[in-house]
Amino acid sequence: MSVTLDIRLKRANKVYHEGVCFSVPFVSFRLACCVSNVNVNTFSPAFICFISYTLRCDMRRPLLAKDLSRNCEFIIHCQPQKTKVAPTPVNFTITPDTLENIKERGSLPKFLIRGHLDATNCVISQPLTGEVVVENSDIPIKSIELQLVRVETCGCAEGYARDATEIQNIQIAEGDVCHGLSIPIYMVFPRLFTCPTLETTNFKIGQVCRMTLLISTTDFPRNCSQA
Amino acid sequence: HLLNPLITSQVTDTKTRRGTRKGSTSSSSSSSSSVPADPLSSMLDGTDPLSMFAAASASERENEEVSVGADFEPWSSKRGEILTRFTTTEKLSIVSYMSFIHFVTAWGSDQKVKALKIVIQCSKLLSDTSVIQFYPSKFVLITDILDTFGGLVYDRIWTMCSDPRPLPESFTVDDVSDTAKETCLNWFFKIASIRELLPRLYVETAILKCNRFLNKTGIQETLPRLTAMIRGIGDPLVAAYTRAYLCRVGIEVAPHLKDSLDRNFFDLLSTFRQISGESVRSQLVVQRVEIPEYLTLYSPAISWILQCIAHRAPEHLLTEMMERCKKLGNNALLLNSVMRAFRPEFVAARATDFIGMIKDCDETGFPKHLLFGSLGRSLACADPPESERLTILNEAWKVITKVRSPQDYIICAEIWVEFTCRHFTKREVNTVLADIIKHMTPDRAFEDAYSQLQSVIRKILTYFHDFSILFSMERFLPFLDMFQKDSVRVEVCRSIMEVFIKHQVDLTRDPVILNAMLHICKAMHDSVNALTLEDEKRSLSLLIIGFIRMVSFGRDFEQQLSFCVEARATFCNLEPVLVQLIHTVNRLAMETRRVMKGNHSRKTAAFVRACAAYSFITIPSLSSIFSRLNLYLLSGQVALANQCLSQADAFLKAAVSVLPEVPRSISIEGKLRSSENFLLDFVNNFLATLLVIPDHPEHGVLYLVRGLLNMVQDYTWEENSDAKMRVYVSALPLLAAMSQETYIYSVPKVDSNETLYGGDPKFLSEINKLSETLIGQVLDHLKTLGREEYVRRQSTMAFSLFSVLLAHGDLRNNKLSQLAVNLWNLSHKHGHCETRISVRTLEHIKHQAQQPDLTHLTDTVQRLMLQSRT
Repeated sequence: MSVTLDIRLKRANKVYHEGVCFSVPFVSFRLACCVSNVNVNTFSPAFICFISYTLRCDMRRPLLAKDLSRNCEFIIHCQPQKTKVAPTPVNFTITPDTLENIKERGSLPKFLIRGHLDATNCVISQPLTGEVVVENSDIPIKSIELQLVRVETCGCAEGYARDATEIQNIQIAEGDVCHGLSIPIYMVFPRLFTCPTLETTNFKIGQVCRMTLLISTTDFPRNCSQA
Repeated sequence: HLLNPLITSQVTDTKTRRGTRKGSTSSSSSSSSSVPADPLSSMLDGTDPLSMFAAASASERENEEVSVGADFEPWSSKRGEILTRFTTTEKLSIVSYMSFIHFVTAWGSDQKVKALKIVIQCSKLLSDTSVIQFYPSKFVLITDILDTFGGLVYDRIWTMCSDPRPLPESFTVDDVSDTAKETCLNWFFKIASIRELLPRLYVETAILKCNRFLNKTGIQETLPRLTAMIRGIGDPLVAAYTRAYLCRVGIEVAPHLKDSLDRNFFDLLSTFRQISGESVRSQLVVQRVEIPEYLTLYSPAISWILQCIAHRAPEHLLTEMMERCKKLGNNALLLNSVMRAFRPEFVAARATDFIGMIKDCDETGFPKHLLFGSLGRSLACADPPESERLTILNEAWKVITKVRSPQDYIICAEIWVEFTCRHFTKREVNTVLADIIKHMTPDRAFEDAYSQLQSVIRKILTYFHDFSILFSMERFLPFLDMFQKDSVRVEVCRSIMEVFIKHQVDLTRDPVILNAMLHICKAMHDSVNALTLEDEKRSLSLLIIGFIRMVSFGRDFEQQLSFCVEARATFCNLEPVLVQLIHTVNRLAMETRRVMKGNHSRKTAAFVRACAAYSFITIPSLSSIFSRLNLYLLSGQVALANQCLSQADAFLKAAVSVLPEVPRSISIEGKLRSSENFLLDFVNNFLATLLVIPDHPEHGVLYLVRGLLNMVQDYTWEENSDAKMRVYVSALPLLAAMSQETYIYSVPKVDSNETLYGGDPKFLSEINKLSETLIGQVLDHLKTLGREEYVRRQSTMAFSLFSVLLAHGDLRNNKLSQLAVNLWNLSHKHGHCETRISVRTLEHIKHQAQQPDLTHLTDTVQRLMLQSRT
């Protein structure tokens, strides 16, 4: 489940005096290794919990005295990458025809929604931005929501398993919005609940943005792009 | 959740009343929390808690608005206007007040997340447009809470950085500590993850100012983003108010950032077609709201946005805005807001343009009279070019006069009266008044429009101070006749009278003014009934008196008298007015005497007798006994001065006969006081007049003096009072004066007793007999005061008699001299005499004794002993 690094700071029977400070040199260069290890080593058919980092200090003591132990969780915030990723905008269109998993296509009202995302490769500290325009719709729109979903795919001998978890769902439009007017897409990634996209030979974590249109009473979820 | 129980009760309440709502639409409940047992009952009594809160927070808000500029009409003033215009149910304000209380408690007990949740729930209420008529009020109440929230968050982060010393007002990002930044960022992250759009927008707007802690350009970047995000709100009314809130916070936090204001406005314009869209229409059908009423709900929001834009905006920007409105086919709602929000000068200068635009407007939807109302409001404060004024008035009135509903009509007409009064003459105002009368008379429509009609009168009175012009407007009095409710009528009359008294400088005899004013005063007078308060009567009387004093017919005294006769008939219920009338008539008589230089002709003599007759029959109708007494005396003096001897006699006799009616105590300013001093004053005054009154040929000698003294003797004085004796003592100087060969004063052309009797010994002996009786009475009284507890009074009494004897008596008479010495001793017997006065009296006597004819006083003075108090 987790990676443990065991570093002995003190030899047995050696006494340190109060005020001696240990510098912990390993954290920065070990991190990359930690993350990759987690992914390789963990296999969970459902989903992976958040990656968390803890420091645990054990102090063994002689017989007749209990060992002391202390746990401390800390959060890692990566510095933005130096190399700039060129944004790759993506356009999308939603009509009744582009919907998946629909049985009776004929009963659907007509609508046309266009839009674009400014980038499919997002920097985790920057919001996801874009625009969506309701060009026309036969029936009044109730709500447009943006869902951030984590998709984990695991490959194994029998094939692969895929699992999607909602991370965040925010509404970008409420009620019957004005047709033809561009509505901004703006989502701040939740700090503790998102992780960078990862891809290994048999394991993959990605984020998918799903836009939900609530038209009258029916839901028409639609996958629109992958980040 | 927290608000649910309260909201549901509100909605059901509305449902039963309107019968059109289907079920509760309040936002979904997430968590439940206990609501205090019965918060409503404890909140309902006493003053409106919300207004108390508003008053408390008003001051703190003021400080922030300083940066915007003093010429910017602050939100706080709009706030009240909206609340009264879109009258909210009591419940609604309680709901928001309760949430406010919960919010404050949560914040105070450090449950910041709970506080945030409450704020989110509150702003969620704003997406609910059921009971749409109250939406503006709801907006006001909830944004109050949001404002408080924003302020609290800002202050909290501020205090986090104020260690060790407070941040300067103009701090930069570098001054902010890392923990403060982190906390601030946390707030923003939390808010960014709010699921619903509307609360996210409102709450982020509420803490917009906190961007200052994070980076320099934060506000500048956030404003356009929030502006764009509002496009996601489908309901045009909700969106418009969200924009208004953003503008409101924006202009407060960063007054220099004008771009997003404009952006907001243009976005608003581009969503305008939604208002006539299908979803809005179906909503209105469900709620049974008419389109015009629905449209007016927008005006506060749009006006506010426009006001923010127009504030110190360059001329070309405003022109551009106007052009945009034109492009939108002169949308009436928009036009209305433009006229309301832009500088009146700007609007006034283009009044003709605006009228053109109003004419081009679509008639359906927004009523035109409202547009003219808004235009009129601008024109009331700023002047359009002179050459256009008449056309403007004509064009406007053409539309106004066509308004069917009397209520709508009068609201609009009232506004335009100001413009008319400002620039035109009585002719135009008269026409306007005639039109108002024509519209408001059918079905007694005026009954529901008293406040507007009153305001019309007020406006006219502000501009027309010349009452001859005012009353020469034919329709002015008929206009007044529309005020048929007594209280309103009196109020209007009162305001007219106040202006009259303030601005009428010259005395007048103009029959137009007199007739009209009499009419108005009569209306005021007629409102007095048994239930009228004393204060009310007094103030009405003062106003009427003010009018009477302004009336003068110059040399035409007879007409003046007949005016007084008429006035007496008209104002018979107001005593102070009658008193004033008597004074006026007395003055008239004296004026006649002055003009005739004291020699009355037959005609003037008859006239002054008529004056006396007027007073004589008016005085008895007064209820105040002292007014009656004093007026009898005064009128008697006037009659005497005008050589009307029998009239003067009658007055004084009447006064004497009234004396027994004087009650022992009278009420003065609501307190019961003894009347004794007033009575003594009057009697002294009366005695002084008696000196010059000649005896009546048919009655005996000193008929009036005896009459008075008899009355004094029979009067039931207060027990243990020396008042009667004091009257006797003060009658002695009169008797002394009467026995002189030449009286110390006399009335020209009236023969007093000195001439009548010419020092007749019989007359003198009458006086002496009378004096002896009086002195005897006083001495008897002094004896009764011998008891221990009365000695002080005895001493005073004795000393005053001594003084009178000294001043007026002939002390060469041994008996009298002996009496004086006895009195002196009596007064000093118990040491109650003021030594200083005694010493000075002695000095005075010594000084007197040096005069050649008073040498006899030397003997007396030697017998006066000064006893030391020990």
